[in-house]
This record gives sequence, structure tokens and C-alpha cells, in this order.
Amino acid sequence: MSPESAIQETPAAAAAQEMVNDFSIQVATVNGSGSQTANLVLVRSLFQMGIPVSGKNLFPSNIAGLPTWYTIRANRRGYVARKKEIDLLVAMNPETAKEDVLALSAGAVVIYDEPLKLQDLRGDLIFYPVPFDKLVAPVCPDAKLRRLVRNVIYDGVLSKLLGIEMSELEAALGKQLGKKSKAVALNQAALKAGYDFADTNLPKRDRFRAERMNATQGKILIEGNAAVAIGAMMAGVTVVTWYPITPSSTVCETLIEYMKQYRLDKASGKATFAIVQAEDELASIGMALGAGWAGARSMTATSGPGISLMAELTGLGYYSEVPAVIIDVQRLGPSTGLPTRTAQGDILSTAVLSHGDTRHIMLIPNSVDECYKLTMAAFDLAERFQTPVFVMSDLDLGMNTWVADVLQYPDKPLNRGKRLDAGTLARLGEWGRYVDVDGDGIAYRSVPGDGMPTYFNRGSGHNSRGQYSERADDYTNTVDRLARKFETARQWVPAETVDVEPEARIAVIAYGSTHWAVEEARDQLRQEAGVKTSYLRLRAYPFTAEVGRFIDGHARVYVVEQNRDAQMLGLLKLDLTAEQVGRLRSVRYYTGLPIDARSVSDAVLAQERE
Amino acid sequence: MATETPAAQTPGKKVNRIRLDVQAYRGGKSTLCAGCGHNAISERIVEACFEMDVDPQRVIKLSGIGCSSKSPAYFLGAAHGFNAVHGRMAAVATGAVLANQHLVAIGVSGDGDTGAIGAGHFVHLMRRNVPMIYIVENNGCYGLTKGQMSPTADLGSKLKNGVVSDLPPIDLCALAIQLGASFVARSFSGDKRQLASLLKAAMAHRGTVLLDVISPCVTFNDHEGSTKSYAYVKAHDDPLGEVLFVPYFDDIVVDYEPGTTEVVTLHDGSRVYLKKIADGYNPKDKLAALALLDETARKGEFATGLLYVDPDRTSFTDLLNLVDTPLSLLPEDVLRPSREALDQIMERLR
Repeated sequence: MSPESAIQETPAAAAAQEMVNDFSIQVATVNGSGSQTANLVLVRSLFQMGIPVSGKNLFPSNIAGLPTWYTIRANRRGYVARKKEIDLLVAMNPETAKEDVLALSAGAVVIYDEPLKLQDLRGDLIFYPVPFDKLVAPVCPDAKLRRLVRNVIYDGVLSKLLGIEMSELEAALGKQLGKKSKAVALNQAALKAGYDFADTNLPKRDRFRAERMNATQGKILIEGNAAVAIGAMMAGVTVVTWYPITPSSTVCETLIEYMKQYRLDKASGKATFAIVQAEDELASIGMALGAGWAGARSMTATSGPGISLMAELTGLGYYSEVPAVIIDVQRLGPSTGLPTRTAQGDILSTAVLSHGDTRHIMLIPNSVDECYKLTMAAFDLAERFQTPVFVMSDLDLGMNTWVADVLQYPDKPLNRGKRLDAGTLARLGEWGRYVDVDGDGIAYRSVPGDGMPTYFNRGSGHNSRGQYSERADDYTNTVDRLARKFETARQWVPAETVDVEPEARIAVIAYGSTHWAVEEARDQLRQEAGVKTSYLRLRAYPFTAEVGRFIDGHARVYVVEQNRDAQMLGLLKLDLTAEQVGRLRSVRYYTGLPIDARSVSDAVLAQERE
Repeated sequence: MATETPAAQTPGKKVNRIRLDVQAYRGGKSTLCAGCGHNAISERIVEACFEMDVDPQRVIKLSGIGCSSKSPAYFLGAAHGFNAVHGRMAAVATGAVLANQHLVAIGVSGDGDTGAIGAGHFVHLMRRNVPMIYIVENNGCYGLTKGQMSPTADLGSKLKNGVVSDLPPIDLCALAIQLGASFVARSFSGDKRQLASLLKAAMAHRGTVLLDVISPCVTFNDHEGSTKSYAYVKAHDDPLGEVLFVPYFDDIVVDYEPGTTEVVTLHDGSRVYLKKIADGYNPKDKLAALALLDETARKGEFATGLLYVDPDRTSFTDLLNLVDTPLSLLPEDVLRPSREALDQIMERLR
């Protein structure tokens, strides 16, 4: 049951040279055993030592008792994508230990619970047995608590073996546990027990080492969902509706915490927001649209199954032109799928969510920084275009720990879109809710209680004044204007980022969290195969004209994505000429694990050789 | 008219305290069948808003899908309206009320829109006690899709195609009382006096008002053998293609005293038994209300009047402790936390 068991491995030859700040640790434990604390303390310690690090949680859809893997990657060059090869395995889970060990590449290190007797499985690995139960007993006299501090012992062992400074581990533990002094004392003792045991009994035989650097100065450690929450708060969200679903729940849970701290009226102590846990996703989007129609900045957060449920009301929002922001933290579908695995599988369905002719604006963040910025942008775009706007995050981005620069305070005021006021009304002379006076497809809207003329908002056929109509010309005028509005959006959505490599004949197009594997894969292609690539990263739908120009400049363009059916490539086809489409190639990765660089570079090289 | 502001009063017309005449409360021309009870309910809403001096521009009208859900277009033309999708009015209304808690929200739904597809949202609206008036125009059938059975159809009632309702009905009033609605009443579309007074009381209440109004469908409550039955019409119709026969009826009007039972003969000859609650009834007694509903249902009667009220239950917007200014009208300096706030968050993440 190893997470990698279904994936073809490319065994890396075990080189003898020392590997400083370039290793991955995989901790295999049991869900609910307190391993998250031990793992986050490790990540934080490396971060505090100035080493670029990322932590990825491969957890089961379960609360306690099923296997879980946590992968930590330290990399001095700043590569933070998942690394395919495991350099150090911490085998704490009897259920998966054997399979985990058999999946390793030669030369890897195994720190394991001694009674598991793993050392006889293979002769090409380095084994460090640790008697966890014997070590935890004197540290923690209360047998009931042992299970929870036992895991911190491996932090102590790794500290000694890798050279992770004890003072940083202690500081990280303090930060992780906060004011729980008893817990801190217990865990500090367990940490020391692990260190002392390794110091006395485990002479170093491996080549991996951590060494202080200066690459994380002034940076923060944050999950994407928290960055989305901060973005929503800074964008002035006032009505938040949600229904719990992995992996998006922490968006609203974090938001609740922040709003309670920073969005209460100072004078009265009252809330400048309403956050409602709805009865289902239909209600979530329904409430968000009701609030958006009434002039509030509203949002909901969900994942694929919720997006499916929101289809009908999203169509209502599109056709009657009501703003709302929908955060989609994508997970692996279809159906219930793998709720705790990552994917980019909602791209195609979300772009045209709902029946009839619909098109929706999607923003696609690649980093926690963009989770923050694009969430803010989504609120402005939703009101500017008076339509539901989707932020397409994913589980890897949303629920994993990333190193990032501090989030910058917004430098632009909120854009509330075309709102009717007395001045505009005087200028227009006569107002109709859906009259395109500026030629950009966007009409002026009033909201209840603003004192401006009123209108009837309806999801049924309507004319430019909002009146019920079944006339063919009213219908076509309305949907053609909506198409015009979508064209206008091309100029306002975040533009693609483009890195054109002179002389590069081939290029890569990617989006979202795939970015990190692509960056690393481009280096692999250049350094290992002498292949230069240009790179365009999509940040939104609709695309800008830049995409076509970029494709024109290259012989072959690889669209890399984390789904089976090349969904983004399908969307691109709608916008491109036949000649441009002919240059597109597809690289797809859909195991549910975050995509790694080797999978990208191998796939590109394989197709180049065809 | 979709975009009109309230008309200034016509000279000599009776005006209310905000200087509007009743005309300012009217809506578009109804496209419902003549004699449909829903039109009478729209009339009562117009009168109640006029008499209660409600500013039409402070009203939001919301609905789902169905005959009843079309009716917000036929009253208060000067108010904002939102005709949502089937069964989702409760959710949309909740969001709108959160955005601006000072609006008067009037939702109009039907028995299918509420009791079937919208049941989940209806349940939670009542549970939250969202401050709004939720009117169910209850006719026991799906009119707009030509007369299918709804979840409030009585056991044994028969459709024109012979289908008999073999499941017990949902009693929306009993459900609402159980779920926490703080004002629950039932009336009949033709009872001007009762409906008007209930609507006026509803406007003064802060919390969820459920008003279940029996509103007969003039077109699809036919019985086999009736001269208005589908088979009869087919046999006597000029062959001009597939034309739906909708006979013209007058509105059914009733006026009866508290404590008495009124037998109302509907357009199709079927009868409804209305039992008006007696004057001595205590509407604050939840158990008594439920017992009354159970007892009358057993006899095949509908208890009408104010069944239950809890004036002290905290409304959802009060529970959320919202600032007095509507959330939708808060200025940017309130909406966006300070630079120091962001710095503080960042500091904790270092």
C-alpha cells in the first residue's frame, strides 16, 4: 500500500558524494498518532536553518488508524515540488513498512522501529534501528500519552544524523505547541531521548546532511488555504458560506479565526461579516449569490463534489449576472474519488459549469502568494464582470506547507464594478439593468437599499431592462452580450507569465501547482539532455492573445497538467487555430500525488524521441 | 414594470404615511390563470404593504420556480426582485438578508418548491430563524408543469389523469413549528380579512414567518367525470391543435368568524374545510399548536389563523451580531484590515 506502488520507479544510482541540503524524508506513520506535530517541527527546523523546504502530507481519508505518509524535501536550489525518490524513510507503521522499504531506491536510508526487523529485507540500503518503545517509557511515565510523544523521538534521531540543529528543533516545538507547557516539556524530553540514542548507538553511515543557509530570511511558512483566507479578508469579503469538504474546509475555518480578530467593529465589537456553515453546497452558492446580488462581497469554498452540486445556481449567477467568488480546492475525482489526493481535474467542467451556453472566469494560482493575490483579484473581477468567479486551487497548494515571501499589503483600492449612482444615472438619462452602454458587455447595476432604481433579477429569459421575455431577439442579444463581456475579461484577468528561452524549439505550458515540477524539469532537460525550453504559465481563463503568439514561436508545445483527459489542452483548442493546435503535445500526471519534475522531463524526452 | 420607482401620489387618492397611494404598490399584470388564488394573495400583499407604510424600495421579493414563484412580478413593481431556481429561494433569501438585514424580505414559494425540491433549505431557514416572510401558496399540485402531485397533496386526492396520492402530506406548518420558525400561520387565499391581518402581523415580526396559504389551483384540481376534466375538454374542444383548456372562474372569497368551520367548495366541486382558530387560543404554546394541527388534520380540516408565535426567539441576523450598517454598504476602510493587521499575521507565520 505504498503511495508510490503504482508508479514506475527510476532507480537512481547511489552516488558516494555527500548530499548537503538536498534530500527528501518520507515519514510513514499511522493517522491520528500525533505524527503531524513531529513532521511540522522538522519542516520548521529546516526552514529556521535557512534551507528551502516543503512538506507534503499524503494522508488517508480517515481520522485515525490508516497509513499516512509525510514527505519533507530540503533543497538548496529551492526546488519544492515533490521529489520522486525517497532518500530517507522513517518507518513507523508496521502495516506498510515492508512495502515502503521495498519501494526505495538503492542507497536510501531507513530509520525504523526496531521490532519491525526491516534490515533483512534488502542489502542495498542503510538501516538505523531505533527502539522507540524503550526510549519513550522513561520520558513519558503516563502510558496513555506515550503514543503522542513517541513520534518526536525520530525528530531527535534525524537531528543527530542529519545535523538539524537541536536549538531550532526546540524552538520549532515551542512554536508548534504554543502555551501547552506540559506538552512542550514532554516533547522536549522525547526529542533529547532520540538525539542521545542516535549519538550513542547510530554511527553515521549515510551521505545526507543539513547545513545552515540563508535562503529563508524574512519568509513565512503557510498553507495555500490560509493564504486564500487572508486574501478574502483583505478583499473585504462580508458574506462567507461554506459546507465542510476536504480539502477546502480550512479555507473557511482559518477565515473565521482571522475575521474574529481583525474584522470586528472597534466601537461596538460587532461583526462586519457573516459566516454561515450551510446545509449543503447548493445552499452555499445560493446564499453567496443572494448576498452578491444584494451588494455584499460574498464567497464560498468547496471542492469537486461541491462544484458539481453548484452547477445550476452558477448558471443562474452567470445568466442573471450576479457576482460571487467560489474557491475550488481541487481533489481527485470523479465522484468521491480520492478525497485526500490532489488533481487539476475540475478545469473543463468548471469553465462551462451549468447547462446551456455558459463561460466562467477562472483564476489559477501556482503558489501561496498567488492564492492570496488571485483571491483578492477574484473579488474585484466578480464585481467588475458581475458574474461568479472561480479560484482554482488544489489540495497540494491548499493543504501543504510552503515557504513564501511575506504577503504584501494590497496597493490598489477595491474595485466594486459598475454600480449605479446619482451621477451615472443623470449621465445615462435612462437606465436598464442589462443595457450595454459602454460597449464592453458590462451594464450598470443597482442593489437593494442603495436608493437607485430597482430591477427584477431572474434566471429566466429577459430583455435589456430585466423584464421577462421569450422573444428570440431578446434572448440572442442577452447571450451575445454575455459573450462580449467574456471577451472583455481577457484584458482584465491576470495575464500569463512567459519565459521565452532564445533558440528553444520546444516549450511548456502549465498552470497552478504544476509550476514547481515544471521549473525543475526545465533545469533537468537543459542540464541532463541539453534541451532548452520556453515556458508559459496560464493564470486565468479566458486566456489572453499571448498564448497564441507563444505557440507560434515554437515547434512543439507541451501542455502539462494533473488530470487524465488533458482538460486544459481541450480548453486551449477552443481558442487556437488548427495550425496552433497541431503543435500541442500533452503531458499528464494523475496518480493523486503532486506531480514531480522527473515525470515531466521523462515524458517530454520520450515524446521528443518519437 | 421592472424599473419603476414609486409613483408620486395622484391628487385626491388616499395616501399612507410615506405619501404613497396604493397604486405605488402594484406590480405587473398577472399571467396566472383567472381565478387563481395566487392573484388574491398578491392583492393582499399590496394592501398590507400600503397599510403598513412599507417603502417598496426597502422590500426584496424572492421566489423559486413554479406558478407561485411567478407571482412576485405581480406585486410591488417598485421593489427589487429575485426569481431564483427551483427550490433555492430560501438560500438566496438568506444570503440577501445577511447582506442587508434592514430590508423587508418577502419570499413566495409553492408546495412543490418548498415541500419537495426545496425541503432541505426550508428546514434550515426555519432553524436559523432568518428574518423574512416566507409565503407558501399551497395548492397541492404542480400547476406550471400541468398538474402533477405535490408533497402537500392530501392522502387519497386524485389527479385528472386518475393518479391518487397514496402518501401522507407534509404539513408545512407543523414542520415549521418543530424546526423553530418564530411565526407560523395558515390562511386561505380567499379570506381577505384573515390574510390581510396575518400579513400585517408578519411584517411587524423579526424572525422567520411561515405563512401557509391554501390557494386552490383552478386548472388542475379536476376530478374524473367533471365537466372540466381533461377527457371532457378533449371531447368538446375544437381541433385547433394542442390547446390547454383553462376555464374562467371567479375568485373564491370567504369570510367567517373565529372558532367556526367554513366549508369551501372549490371550482372543481371539491371541498376544503377551514377551521378558524378561536379567540381564546394561545399561539405561544408550541405543544398546543402541534396538537391542534394534528387534531384538525385527522378530521380532514385545515386550522387557519396564527398557529404559533415566539416573539422572543433571536433572529439569525441578531445571532450573528452584525454591525448596524448593512454589510453591503460598508466602506472600504471598514472592509480592509490595516497594514498592521497583516504584519501581525505575517509575524506569526515566520
